[in-house]
Amino acid sequence: MKRLHFHPCGNYKTAYEDELTLFSTDFGRVCSLAGIAALFLVLPFVSPSYLLYVINMIGIYAIAAIGLNILVGYTGMISLGHGAFFGVGAYAAAVLAATLNVPFPVVVPAAGLITAGVGMIFGIPSGRLKGLYLTIATLAGQFIIEYVLVHWTEVTRGTEGITVPAASLFGLSLQGDRPFFYVIFLCLAGMLWIAVNIVRTRYGRAFIAIRDNDRAAEGMGIPVFRYKILSFGISSFYAGLAGAIWAYYMVSVTTEPFNLSLSVEYIAMVIIGGLGSIAGSIYGAVFITVLNESLRWLTDLLMNMGFVTQSGLNMAPLREFAFGLAIVLFILFEPRGLAEIWRIIRSSFRLWPFSY
Amino acid sequence: MDFFIQLLVNGLSVGFLYGLSAMGFVMIFKSSSVLNFAHGELLALGAFLFLTLATVAQLPIAVAFLLTLTGCFVLGFLIERFFLRPLIGEPLIYVIMLTVGLAAMLRGLLLLVWGGNLRTLPDFLPAWFDVQVGLVRIQPVYMTAFIVGILFLVLFGLFFKYSAQGIYMRSVADNQRAALSLGVHVRRVFALSWGIAALVAGMSGIILGIMNGINVHDLSAVGLKVFPVVILGGLNSISGAVIAGLIIGVLEAFTGGYLSPSLRDVVPYIILVFILLVRPYGLFGLVEIERV
Repeated sequence: MKRLHFHPCGNYKTAYEDELTLFSTDFGRVCSLAGIAALFLVLPFVSPSYLLYVINMIGIYAIAAIGLNILVGYTGMISLGHGAFFGVGAYAAAVLAATLNVPFPVVVPAAGLITAGVGMIFGIPSGRLKGLYLTIATLAGQFIIEYVLVHWTEVTRGTEGITVPAASLFGLSLQGDRPFFYVIFLCLAGMLWIAVNIVRTRYGRAFIAIRDNDRAAEGMGIPVFRYKILSFGISSFYAGLAGAIWAYYMVSVTTEPFNLSLSVEYIAMVIIGGLGSIAGSIYGAVFITVLNESLRWLTDLLMNMGFVTQSGLNMAPLREFAFGLAIVLFILFEPRGLAEIWRIIRSSFRLWPFSY
Repeated sequence: MDFFIQLLVNGLSVGFLYGLSAMGFVMIFKSSSVLNFAHGELLALGAFLFLTLATVAQLPIAVAFLLTLTGCFVLGFLIERFFLRPLIGEPLIYVIMLTVGLAAMLRGLLLLVWGGNLRTLPDFLPAWFDVQVGLVRIQPVYMTAFIVGILFLVLFGLFFKYSAQGIYMRSVADNQRAALSLGVHVRRVFALSWGIAALVAGMSGIILGIMNGINVHDLSAVGLKVFPVVILGGLNSISGAVIAGLIIGVLEAFTGGYLSPSLRDVVPYIILVFILLVRPYGLFGLVEIERV
């Protein structure tokens, strides 16, 4: 039997394949398998309905955040339109399901593909622009998509919204939090697996090369424009898939949620989680969702306290303030995000007691 | 024809305000290459500060105005000192996201203190500002905006051309490293430009507030409308910002008047994408953009 691998006390890698492995130790592999088992077999049965709802939202946001991290963290293109792409996915799913009666297992990937197409169109400016000009172009994309969603009434029914029919998978109807938990987290696991493998193969290396120095990348024979468009496509595919699941989960789709602040929230997830780290996107999604929910809880608590109610102060804006503060503090004090904090914690355990 | 002229005048006056709001934005970009997503909140802050000083504290208008401008200047200075200075030399995304975070913080704070309702400023503009040109009546607010805008353009022009600080700012904008090595106090230049930008923003906020009333959400929307304006005008041209503001304002008014009112708000962004694809440095910006 093969001996279990533990953390080596130095760099003993002898082949490039060693650098590419997903789990450098068997301990990590066993732990993550145990974690996945606990996630799927224990969590949905022990958590109350509200907690399960929050967990599901984390799962949906995590899928979209992974996509954004491929674009921002790996390819180095800042997109302020991710919330709109999420909306395109949600609307594509709603229109396919409600108007054209397409079944659920077809709708979700189809919505992803439609969004990928839209994302690629809005990625075309990246052929000529980079840095802040590209950021502004994606900002414009956000507003244009929002406008189309509201005003293309023949398809999106405008502000009225669309009610999505209940999803069914292999004859089983999906309703309630628990079935959706399985759908969301199976998708997340699949998309996570794809993302991790995109990043460590030639596509990911091309993205990283473009991020680090696009002219050098061009010189090394990477068709920069094609890869940038590909990155936009992949990232929007993730957003669209997440949006489609969101549409089924939320039952009704309206235009309001897909505004600029949703895009900002996604960027915040990616930054707080850690740019250029797939696991970081998940940490970021957890952080932002938990922050949002706990702030909602806190403001409700404050609103019901005697002296606040009497003074007539509206505590709701406190959420926005705390959200901004979290972003600012992370950027000032740990710009590499939660993934970096987690790495520091791990390595300090590993090196203990000789910490240097 | 009357309709056409009325639209044109409306567009020009709204556009002038866009240009005025964009001035502070360009100011920051020109010296420190920071895209300020919190600009709309700075506008709102100036307007609310003025409102409080003028109505709650009952100060004379002139005193309130000067105090507001001082307050905005100090605030801009502090923002630079505590939030942006640690990020000098960091990647673009952190700088952009920091201003986005700042925008959320300021918006939350403003809503917490002043609430989300529409507030109106007292009417204090002298009546003789009400000008009738032919068939078109120009409201006092627009007249004020026009005067203030021209005043600031001239002041900025003189400042950048003749004063030592202005020349330092231009040198920093041109080449930060060369400016450093020639003994320009770059950090002071950044702090000063944030102060001045916040001051200009506060003033534009007051004028916008007189015209439309003060509301945090409306003013932060104006802060986003600044992007098409500055891109069209060129990111580092102050007079370009004013001209582009006029163009965007007129186009908005015509789309609103002739095509459809709902298209009005999205037209600037469609123009923005077009400009970015055709002429990313804008009408008057430095032709320095790097093609990939």
